[in-house]
Amino acid sequence: MADPALVRSPADVFPAITNTARHTAFVRITHWITTLCFFALLVSGIEIVISHPRFYWGETGNVFTHALFQLPIPASRSSVLTGYGYVLPDQNGWSRYLHFQAAWIAVLTGLLYLGWGWLTRHFRKNLLPGRADVSRRALSIEIANHLRFKPPGEAEAWSYNALQRLTYLFVIFVLFPLVIWTGLAMSPAIASAFPAAVTVFGGQQSARTIHFFVSVFLLLFLLVHIVMIFLAGFRNRMRAMITGRAVKHMEHA
Amino acid sequence: MSNLSRRKLITTGLAATAGASGLAVAANLAHRYGLIPPDHGGIYGAGETLTYGAQRLLTRHSLAREFPRSQISTKPVANGETPQDEAFKRLHAGGFTDWRLAIDGLVARPASFSLAELKSYPSRSQITHLACEEGWSFIAEWIGVPLSHVLTVVGILPKARYVVYSSMQRGWWDSVDMADALHPQTLLTYGMNGGELPVGHGGPLRLRVPRQLGYKNVKYINRLTVTDSLKGFGKGLGSASPEYGYAWYAGI
Repeated sequence: MADPALVRSPADVFPAITNTARHTAFVRITHWITTLCFFALLVSGIEIVISHPRFYWGETGNVFTHALFQLPIPASRSSVLTGYGYVLPDQNGWSRYLHFQAAWIAVLTGLLYLGWGWLTRHFRKNLLPGRADVSRRALSIEIANHLRFKPPGEAEAWSYNALQRLTYLFVIFVLFPLVIWTGLAMSPAIASAFPAAVTVFGGQQSARTIHFFVSVFLLLFLLVHIVMIFLAGFRNRMRAMITGRAVKHMEHA
Repeated sequence: MSNLSRRKLITTGLAATAGASGLAVAANLAHRYGLIPPDHGGIYGAGETLTYGAQRLLTRHSLAREFPRSQISTKPVANGETPQDEAFKRLHAGGFTDWRLAIDGLVARPASFSLAELKSYPSRSQITHLACEEGWSFIAEWIGVPLSHVLTVVGILPKARYVVYSSMQRGWWDSVDMADALHPQTLLTYGMNGGELPVGHGGPLRLRVPRQLGYKNVKYINRLTVTDSLKGFGKGLGSASPEYGYAWYAGI
């Protein structure tokens, strides 16, 4: 017979911690596929912008027309005057191939996610904030806590706070659809089949400019998202999104 | 237990067979309806096939937007260099009177046309957007004869699937499928903004495919070949563009 002292359950060894389900496999898989696509779209998008870092409003815009603004970066085409004494190598070919391939994967993943989220009531259960949490008072407290970099409470290890919910909903239902739409509006073939999808923005160059700004917002979201993961506890948050389980400190529960 | 695993094996086998045959049927249908681009191989092939296939399903007959005269760009950008070889300079100096457009391949009556002959056909003018894949664009009036008209004159054979066009600019050639070749706005363009097509914009003849980006609108063309397969042209990827890393289909 074994010595009872040697048969110890993990709960005896780490009495204050339990291991609890956090994210479903569907959320984790779609999250990481989207992450990969996001980086592919970001890198290829930057390369495409480098070939013409000038932005316009309306239907047309080129080096002979007034620019809304020009990014202070070197270009991969000599036709754009940048003030730098050199021209970067052309990377548009593979960048365009990669951009559209990653966009397809992201869009198809996103559609599956929307369908799944609707069927399992994921959006209602996990993302739609409670009425009490979006009152002016509750939100001001939440914002103040964020601005003071206050570490999240125990409840936030399994549930998103109201600010987080609103941000995710905004990214999922506003920024992603808008970046896809403005991207498609730049396509001459799509513009021929669905002209209203372009004219609603004021033209193809306006769509390109909005596409750029929405991408900047998405990049800002990504940066804040990463900072928040570090502030909330990198190991636990990463474990939750990779293995699906989070550890719970019992004494704070 | 063994029953369960046998059932599982049979179900998995059936599902795999159904999946594989489903894919095979889809690939066959996609090929028959011309939804697979010539540059469908390689790591970006899947995305490229989805883009071309989806856009063909959505945009086969759509018309590029045409704009009012007031929206014509005052200074259109002539991108790239004009051909520097002696043969082109001689033709240019002679006002392109000795220039001819040759049409061969899967046609009933292979022929060649002078600029004057092309201009004698019913012309079409359109004010459309020309966007470069880099991001800039301009609007101009383009005047020419619809490619479909000239293809009717030479009589394309039923097997035709693509029209390959080559430029006097060394190394430039491209191709379009029949949806674009027969599209009413696809023009063999010899005029621009009320005048001749300037050499900087591709004169004497440029193929305008207004539902595709600038690089598909090849300048200085002098030969069209109608074909059922792109395998024999260059590396078989449909145009010179994929050989430089750019997609064959430029509708996005």
